Amino acid sequence: MNATTQSLAVETSSTRMSTARLIGAYLEEIRSECVRYLRAPSFLLPTLLFPTVFYLMFGIFLGKANGPDAPRFFLAAYSTFGVMAPGLFGFGVSLAIERDGGLLLLKRALPMPPAAYLFGKMVMALLSASAIVALLLGMALVLAHVPLTFAQATATFFTSVLGVLPFCAMGLFVGSLIKGQGAPGVINLIYLPMAFLSGLWFPLTILPGFLQQLGPVWPSYHLNQLALNAVGLGQEGTWIHVGVLAIYTAVFIALAARRLRRHG
Amino acid sequence: MSHSHEPVARLIGTIKNYGALRALDGVDLMLHRGELLALLGPNGAGKSTAIGLLLGLTRADAGKAELFGRDPQNLEARRRIGVMLQSATLPATLHVGELLRLTASYYPSPRSLAESASLAGIGDLLKRPYAKLSGGQQRRVQFAMALCGRPELLFLDEPTVGMDIDARQALWAAIRRLVGEGCSVVLTTHYLEEAEALADRVCVLARGRVISEGSVDALRARVALKRVRCVTTLAPELLATWPEVSEVRQEGERVWLATAEAESLVRRLLAGDASLRELEVQRAGLAEAFTELTRDAGNEDILQREAA
Repeated sequence: MNATTQSLAVETSSTRMSTARLIGAYLEEIRSECVRYLRAPSFLLPTLLFPTVFYLMFGIFLGKANGPDAPRFFLAAYSTFGVMAPGLFGFGVSLAIERDGGLLLLKRALPMPPAAYLFGKMVMALLSASAIVALLLGMALVLAHVPLTFAQATATFFTSVLGVLPFCAMGLFVGSLIKGQGAPGVINLIYLPMAFLSGLWFPLTILPGFLQQLGPVWPSYHLNQLALNAVGLGQEGTWIHVGVLAIYTAVFIALAARRLRRHG
Repeated sequence: MSHSHEPVARLIGTIKNYGALRALDGVDLMLHRGELLALLGPNGAGKSTAIGLLLGLTRADAGKAELFGRDPQNLEARRRIGVMLQSATLPATLHVGELLRLTASYYPSPRSLAESASLAGIGDLLKRPYAKLSGGQQRRVQFAMALCGRPELLFLDEPTVGMDIDARQALWAAIRRLVGEGCSVVLTTHYLEEAEALADRVCVLARGRVISEGSVDALRARVALKRVRCVTTLAPELLATWPEVSEVRQEGERVWLATAEAESLVRRLLAGDASLRELEVQRAGLAEAFTELTRDAGNEDILQREAA
């Protein structure tokens, strides 16, 4: 009897994680997720280069021809365009590939805290988004001399960085639907048309009326409105867009969770 | 009192369907502390499904899976297991040491990095990026990840695929050492000599059912087959028609025969070919026993279908 109680006591102590070790597991997961992508230029370079090069070409060199506010307008648009990528690709492509390659299966079999997996990818997406927006802000201030107040610059930074989250959720959902190496193509088919239809490359007003009315359907439209508010070109309210983005995030997470629970 | 005799893992009457396909058809399985159970069976026999249930990756349609008396999806139960899956593409750019550190962080009291690495024989690989390793080296890294959490139960799914003979022997030695320390192991393998070398108990699955369970010796004994090898002028086609012969194969210049009546077969062979030489008679290995068992299961199935 004595031996039994002792061995039971040993067992509970050997399976209980101390809070410090649990936090450690989260930190290790975050660290691994960031390190593995920082060492993979094929992921990082396009996500950094596309928005910055586009901004340089269309926002700064060619933009001035469209009026004095063009660099300011395109700072918001390309920040939105830029932060969509780490969310959509970081979650969508990596989940699709990790489901295919068996990594997700292994992690589910191992005693990894389930949320740590998503946390790691989310931190990586937030960091990538920070780098993108910081670069764009630097270009706007130094190269294009956009007269942004400190408050406007700060608001632009945080709006865009947090704006990555709905696209993480969207990527998560898409990644739960598709598997394998075809994922980047599928994500691009969502990413690029959505950017175009949300008025990130051209103002929506030059598109046909029907497409203009479709604008508010896309989450990127709402993030762009928030970014325009932040740089000082906003016309509409803030909270309505925040609300729409929050709903998008919640719905995509719920759909992805349901899909992953059923199909793994 | 009987705590240490409690099974570490158990399947009770588990049924699992994938669409119209019945992958597991009422499988019972029990694993005790310090025991190595080999799960054998042809492809599609239900091995992976059985392991998936024990790991909590899928749910049984009927019946129950338990790890340490709990639901396998329970995180505390899984903190006592280590896992090496058949195929897992690990992050290519991470170093071996980083992969081990990450995996160890999931466990309450893991082994040190150096201890895990030396047990798996990868001490010299810690700084190398995972993608730069050979297939056999990657398997050893995955083995190190399986044991780094100081698990009481290890799941090894085809652990030695892609390994050369030395690496395989080293891995077997490491598995024996872990079992010696009281670790239980569930092993699936295509290499029957692996099961023969390691397993206390062998469980053969075919078409989602357990068709045989017992020690390696008991399994071999269940099949009364013996193998007879010789160099003879008798044609294999002719030998195949003899009632004593259950299987014929040509191996180079030798003929290989499986039989349940070795004595009368040898008598007939010697009578039929005066020049016969290099005669050998052996008790069947696990390989023949396995072929025989799974073929029986197949025939039974065909008979049932024909009867229906």
